[in-house]
Amino acid sequence: MKLRKIAELLQAEIFCTEEQLEREVPCAFGSDLISDILMCTKEPTVLLTGLTNPQVIRLSDMIDLIAVIFVRGKKPSPELIEMAEERDLPMISTAFTLYKSSGLLYNEGLRSCKI
Amino acid sequence: MKGSEAVKSKSIPEYWAIKPGFEEEIKKIINERPEPEISLDYEIAENDYVKTGKASSDVKFFLKKLGVNPEVLRRVAVASYEAEINVTAHSKGGKVTANIYSDYIIMMFEDYGPGIADIEQAMQPGFSTANELAREMGFGAGLGLPNIKKNCDGMYLSSEPGGSTTLIFFIYYEEKSYAAK
Repeated sequence: MKLRKIAELLQAEIFCTEEQLEREVPCAFGSDLISDILMCTKEPTVLLTGLTNPQVIRLSDMIDLIAVIFVRGKKPSPELIEMAEERDLPMISTAFTLYKSSGLLYNEGLRSCKI
Repeated sequence: MKGSEAVKSKSIPEYWAIKPGFEEEIKKIINERPEPEISLDYEIAENDYVKTGKASSDVKFFLKKLGVNPEVLRRVAVASYEAEINVTAHSKGGKVTANIYSDYIIMMFEDYGPGIADIEQAMQPGFSTANELAREMGFGAGLGLPNIKKNCDGMYLSSEPGGSTTLIFFIYYEEKSYAAK
């Protein structure tokens, strides 16, 4: 599934380029706990999270995130946007909860990331 | 005098976890202590949640340049990052040395205390002593040490209350065939 489709399904606000929206997303993972997210070492994944501190970017350095989807209306700070740009990491933000967002994407066939 | 001797001979609690198939090779490394091709050193500051992870990113980037496969890179990065977070969140600061060899990496973390009260308990998934500040940032799931263990081919932890904690892990760049053993 393309990131663009994900953004549409989640009625998301975009914090990345048009080109980045064309990125193919094979799987997803959702959590607000860093150690939980660090379980994703098997394959690059998209992350749904409510965490918006700079550690999210660090996480992406470690486990090669494809994109970050902020849930519950959380939005990245200018500092975070800059850090993400440096790393070519697309970010989008949805008002939906983690549960609803995950359900919508799962229903459309986006599978869970292998852990 | 007898008392002080008893204290001296009291061994520091240790924890070892080695994946099947790696016992012989890790034993050999411990006995022979080969010189690493490259050694990288970093300081880790107490409660510095902005910088924590820097050493792990650097080491991952370095191994990437050597052509190590992406999944192994992620395993090294995650184990190292969890260990960095542990030093940041639970100690008075410490240091890490990454010893890089042609076919494996050894990372050694040492902090300046205050030590782990009960290693077996610290290894239990879900057990955490993280404070409110750490939890607000998404740390404190109690999965740090279990995550390190999961991603390593070998892991050593030693600590005692009031003393420093040492964590060493070994990760090979190639998967071993367990079936052949």
